[in-house]
Amino acid sequence: MLSLKKLLISSFFTAASCVVSISSVAEELGYPEKEELTFGFIKLTDMAPIAIAYENGYFEDEGLYVTIEAQANWKVLLDGVVDGRLDGAHMLAGQPIAATIGYGTQANIITPFSMDLNGNGITVSNQVWEKMKVNMPKQADGRVQLPVKADYLKPVVEEIRASGKPFNMGMVFPVSTHNYELRYWLAAGGLHPGFYAPHKGDTSGQLDADVFLSVTPPPQMPATLEAGTIQGYCVGEPWNQQAVFKGIGVPIITDYEIWKNNPEKVFGITEEFAEKYPNTTVRIVRALIRAAKWLDENDNANRPAAVKILSQSNYVGADYEVIANSMTGTFEYEKGDVRSVPDFNVFFRYNATYPYYSDAIWYLTQMRRWGQISEDKPDAWYKETAAKVYRPDIYKTAALSLIAEDLASPSEFPDFVKETGFKPPQTEFIDNITYDGSQPNAYLESLVIGLKQGQKL
Amino acid sequence: MNALIHKFTGKTSDGEATLSERIFTSLKVATLPIFGIVVFLLLWSLAAKQIDTSLGKFPGPQSVAQEVVGLYNEHVAEREKADAFYERQEKRNAARVAKDPTYEPRIRNYTGKETFLDQIVTSLITVMSGFILAAVFAVPLGVLLGLSSAFNTAVNPIIQIFKPVSPLAWLPLVTMVVSATYVSDDPFFAKSFVNSVITVMLCCIWPMIINTSIGVASVDSDWLNVGKVLQLSPIKKIQKIVLPASIPAIFTGMRMSLGIAWMVLIAAEMLAQNPGLGKFIWDEFQNGSSSSLSRIMTAVLVIGLIGFCLDRAMLVIQRWVSWDKASAAR
Repeated sequence: MLSLKKLLISSFFTAASCVVSISSVAEELGYPEKEELTFGFIKLTDMAPIAIAYENGYFEDEGLYVTIEAQANWKVLLDGVVDGRLDGAHMLAGQPIAATIGYGTQANIITPFSMDLNGNGITVSNQVWEKMKVNMPKQADGRVQLPVKADYLKPVVEEIRASGKPFNMGMVFPVSTHNYELRYWLAAGGLHPGFYAPHKGDTSGQLDADVFLSVTPPPQMPATLEAGTIQGYCVGEPWNQQAVFKGIGVPIITDYEIWKNNPEKVFGITEEFAEKYPNTTVRIVRALIRAAKWLDENDNANRPAAVKILSQSNYVGADYEVIANSMTGTFEYEKGDVRSVPDFNVFFRYNATYPYYSDAIWYLTQMRRWGQISEDKPDAWYKETAAKVYRPDIYKTAALSLIAEDLASPSEFPDFVKETGFKPPQTEFIDNITYDGSQPNAYLESLVIGLKQGQKL
Repeated sequence: MNALIHKFTGKTSDGEATLSERIFTSLKVATLPIFGIVVFLLLWSLAAKQIDTSLGKFPGPQSVAQEVVGLYNEHVAEREKADAFYERQEKRNAARVAKDPTYEPRIRNYTGKETFLDQIVTSLITVMSGFILAAVFAVPLGVLLGLSSAFNTAVNPIIQIFKPVSPLAWLPLVTMVVSATYVSDDPFFAKSFVNSVITVMLCCIWPMIINTSIGVASVDSDWLNVGKVLQLSPIKKIQKIVLPASIPAIFTGMRMSLGIAWMVLIAAEMLAQNPGLGKFIWDEFQNGSSSSLSRIMTAVLVIGLIGFCLDRAMLVIQRWVSWDKASAAR
């Protein structure tokens, strides 16, 4: 306890917002104010931390009795958290941000815990793949060279559009990671994914589009592709692997290849909840950190056990083999083309669970890029908004108390004394453009397709 | 003429069948349904083998039978987990009381998943609640409509318009209204339960109203005249003459309503994600695992069986309370 206090005192001046939480942790963490909780999730493998925290008893260790409920789609899930039916949920990183700036449902949702990195893929129908494959460079063994760029999709889209038909692709939600990733990938290949113009009431996101994107709930993606309504989609697992298993489509790229170690889902609660039940909030984060740590421990050694839990019908419910494909470090592209992607799902390594401001700002830049934010904002606005939504202070309280109880070691977390919440400039994007979270407007200027400074639709 | 017929048909006396004929008839009653079921199972398993889906073959009788066993085992395993949960909870409560004597321990309900059997019970409770709620409104309203032809003429168009509305149309409205008006910190009923109950009620209330009003309107006028002679008060008249006389009609309406209620409930649960059999089917559809289709098929058969049992149960009650025993057969 003494060393914990020392640590806390030394970090006292890092952020003003931490002061409150420091005093509460300096004493021992109190009992949870609310013990019975309901959490929502969407049937995707990246909900794993919640399932593991439940099944391994981490929630119960915190004195929390949690019911976990699958939700029909992201809108139902968000509404559930806003109206209090759910206490917290597995959310798209863009959801708390969009809710806070009032795009779609207006609500003060915060995120004290980031759930994972990577974990999504883009799948196209078999016919589209056959056409794409012709022009693609091959490796010595005859398999196509990765990553598959949208440049090879461009002629296919042009051909289909020339025949008078639209080229449709599915994504899971207007503010989802998948929407931005799919847009990023398409735009990097010279295909325009379309603008939003909310100030004119146009929220379809299809203005000036070469490829028409629309919303489909994740579990229905394979069925919608099979029905021919869409020619491809971007979604989390297991719905890409499902397509190749069922032989209805080909996963062509993972988001790991679009942006290495990109932030994916977050755990969202209302700001009101965090204020009303501070101990409960910290305890939830503690349980989730332990679950994430377990998921990545010993080079993914626990993953098979995790897959077994996820394949239960009340969690993800898909077959063991389908979930195992991506969760255990491999990814099947074209049928039989299984490649090793050890970081396809990252739950804890690389500080995956720490809510970085720079991650939030990337989502804000993409919202501006595609017109969901219709007017220019100064750099300071991006920082303020990120700080409203992402709450590393709560995360820090939880992490320090875990360290104090020897349930985790300091080396597993960012250096809380120096951490600013901004990752150093990231360079590993598919189009090699550098992202620096402290310069959002300069970053927007550097992107080829997208709204620029002063531009309004 | 009669004697001649008797000679040809071999009947001994008027309309009396021989013993062998009676045995044959009862045998027919017993064997024909079994024969029908066997043929159905054969056709089903043959057809199932022909249908390929992206989730594998369409489930035949065999895979459904396996799934029934699997679902039961799952239920047993979940109960064991629940017992362990309560045990852990008691220990934790005891430990906390030892540390903090002012703490009042509470036993919280098991937080694990609802098994198939639990979902069946939830659906049954919901459908009965919706049905009873509908009856509470429908029977008095139907009696009023039956007694006053002016009132009937005024209200009838409204009933006719609402009667054919699908539950799926009501559901969004019900959901929004319930979440706006049913606000409490510690609600006695879950919102999802209230949504389902109200949707079921809105859909199954109409046949009951219509049948009650028809039953009441067609009460023998002689009986009503007897009531007049005896100078019965209006309440007594309804209690002693109108209601008993129209019970067969009321129950015919109730049977129709219960059938509708059961169908509506499954759709409502599916759409609103309210716990129950409908949600079970939807979740399995979303899971898309190799056993999903056979689980859904199992649920379909269970839904049919329960619907059948509910109908039979209503029939028994109707026979029991009704003076006109023949009416139940209609």
